[in-house]
Amino acid sequence: MQKSFAMAALLAASCGVQAATDADLAAIRSQIDEMKKTYEQRIAALEQKLAQAETKSRQEPPEVASAPVASPSPSAAANGFNPEVSLILQGQYRNAKDIPGRAIGGFVSAGGEGLNNRGFSVDETELVLAANIDPYWRGQAIVAMADGQANIEEAWFQSLAIGQGVGLKIGRFRSGIGYLNEQHPHARDFSDAPLMYQAMFGDSYAQDGVQLKWLAPTPLFVELGGEVGRGANFPGTDRNRNGAGGGALYVHVGDDVGFSNSWRLGASWLKTRASERSADFVDLGGVAAQGRFAGDSTTWLADFVWKWAPNGNSTQQSFKFQSEYFVREEKGSLSCSSDDATSLCGMPVDSRYRTRQSGWYMQGVYQLMANWRAGLRYEQLDSGVRDFGSNAANLVIDNYRPKKATAMIDYSWSEFSRVRLQLAQDKSMPGITDHQLTLQYVMSLGAHGAHKF
Amino acid sequence: MNKIISTVLLTLASLPAWANLNIFATVPEWGALAKEIGGDKVRVYTATNAFQDPHRIEAKPSLLAQARQAQLVIAAGADLEIGWLPLVLRDSGNSAIQTGRPGYFEASAFVNRLDVPTTLDRSHGDVHAAGNPHIHLDPRNVLKVGEALTARMAELDAANAASYQAAFKTFAGKWQVAIARWEKEAAPLRGLPVLVHHQSFVYLDNWLGLKEIGSLEPKAGIEPTSGHLTGLLTRQQTVPARMVLRGAYQQEGPSQWIAGKTGIPAVLLPYTVGGTPEAKDLFGLYDDTIQRLLKGIR
Repeated sequence: MQKSFAMAALLAASCGVQAATDADLAAIRSQIDEMKKTYEQRIAALEQKLAQAETKSRQEPPEVASAPVASPSPSAAANGFNPEVSLILQGQYRNAKDIPGRAIGGFVSAGGEGLNNRGFSVDETELVLAANIDPYWRGQAIVAMADGQANIEEAWFQSLAIGQGVGLKIGRFRSGIGYLNEQHPHARDFSDAPLMYQAMFGDSYAQDGVQLKWLAPTPLFVELGGEVGRGANFPGTDRNRNGAGGGALYVHVGDDVGFSNSWRLGASWLKTRASERSADFVDLGGVAAQGRFAGDSTTWLADFVWKWAPNGNSTQQSFKFQSEYFVREEKGSLSCSSDDATSLCGMPVDSRYRTRQSGWYMQGVYQLMANWRAGLRYEQLDSGVRDFGSNAANLVIDNYRPKKATAMIDYSWSEFSRVRLQLAQDKSMPGITDHQLTLQYVMSLGAHGAHKF
Repeated sequence: MNKIISTVLLTLASLPAWANLNIFATVPEWGALAKEIGGDKVRVYTATNAFQDPHRIEAKPSLLAQARQAQLVIAAGADLEIGWLPLVLRDSGNSAIQTGRPGYFEASAFVNRLDVPTTLDRSHGDVHAAGNPHIHLDPRNVLKVGEALTARMAELDAANAASYQAAFKTFAGKWQVAIARWEKEAAPLRGLPVLVHHQSFVYLDNWLGLKEIGSLEPKAGIEPTSGHLTGLLTRQQTVPARMVLRGAYQQEGPSQWIAGKTGIPAVLLPYTVGGTPEAKDLFGLYDDTIQRLLKGIR
């Protein structure tokens, strides 16, 4: 009996559970439905609100952010202060006559390097480091590396905070004389410097010293510059003394003509002193002799550049004309000597030395289309007056007018890479016509440098 | 005699007081904005025009002479002018406009820049480390820059501060109304796939919802090549663009070629103030840009 009761109770209980579950489920379902409805309504309401907000925000511009958005740059770490670094790779293949002791006829050698390089060669590799030092100064160093040597081409700092148009530069710098002088070889339009620069300075004139420039507060560009320095480079020599060994003055004027043209005109004066400036000569008997010059060297330069681009947009087409002229006067004494006792200079002979020499070049570079440029250059020097006084009886004095005509075409993939083919007919040496072919590359790695006008 | 001398000296001494705030703007859009804010209280020199590629300007003598006298340089920044402006600033002998001084204002510092590269490598072309510098083609950026510029002009020329602030307020009011109008007008452009010559329109795309699906330059700053253009033509079969955009200073040839081959319109946009006869000022720039875009889809 007990057992059957228990069974019945169990059954009833289980039935009850069954019944309860059904009822619950229905309730839950209805609840869920209700919830669904309310949530759907809520979502719809939210969506509506969002849509309203969106249209509102689209119509109303977002409020102007008061704080600038400083996006942290990836290099915000300590090395963010590293100087701008760029490296210039430059090399060439050159076909020319083999002329030992290649020198420009009628001029004493200014000691240009690499002019007799033939075949494949890597020119100087230039490493440029530059940065603002502090709010007052900016510094730059250019190290030119070649086999077994590294030359400090430039190492200077310049003022940022003087104002009133004044610019001060201290250290070793390319002198501001002429037009091409301040340009580095990689920025030039031909693979070699004009004969004029080779004759004047070997390649270009750098000064260890101080440069002071002043830009006039006028709409016309008028810049005055002056330099004093060691004056150790040709045409001067390094002399062990206090004070300045050389100085330069120059004035630049420039402006635009319409949107398409801009120009710059310059005049410069360079004074240096030399002592024991040695140059190779041949005596009248054909024996090698040395002449040592001591005295003053004064160089005047005039330069002119004209650039054209349609509407000033040089992306596709442009033209650049440039020309420079120089006169150099040297006054002093010449001491002729020779290691060879048979030479007329076997016993050193001192005489006066006066020269007045000149030269010019003229070049035009036309950008045909985006990546292609072609250029022509013609140049001529005049050995001019060479008065060697009593040494005229001992030394061969060439009077000659060196000439050279050059054509080039270059292609740039981008503003960072360029190859150039250059052909030249070089009559810079008496009695020799040298046909030269140069294939050159110039590659710039790293920081985006800004080039001068 | 003494009187004459003293008069001359007085005149010279008072010259700076008469002189307006002297502004050197590197690009026309910021020159135009400075004029909106400064009105007749400023003298604005704009270094480039709409037909010049702002990337490729030289440190010309005329620019040096103008920078020498400027009290405020307004640059786009983000390396847009890196090939010339640093040299102009340094050689100007003008300490007031050096970077870090109040006289040097860089517009892109005041907005969110797009296209900030994650890797810096020139194999990607002439990339800008600080992001895309063509920020002015989003009118909301113009407002942000305008506010910052007004504050800067007021700082440099406190005497006219109230005038600058009032002028900017008027400008901003008109500008906000105009933005609403432009956005309404440009609604049909949303989602429109386009090709561009150079990434000059990133901010415009972002604002109006244009979808930039390719550029004619294979890499930033590299001229379009026939190989790359042919590639774009092939892609047009699968991912069709509806028009090809170029700025006033960009070469016509490549986009005309694409237009000729695909039949989609080549649309010349003013890009900046002065780029088209209609884009006389900032309002005209946007009016004309949107009209030309709309004409492209008609």
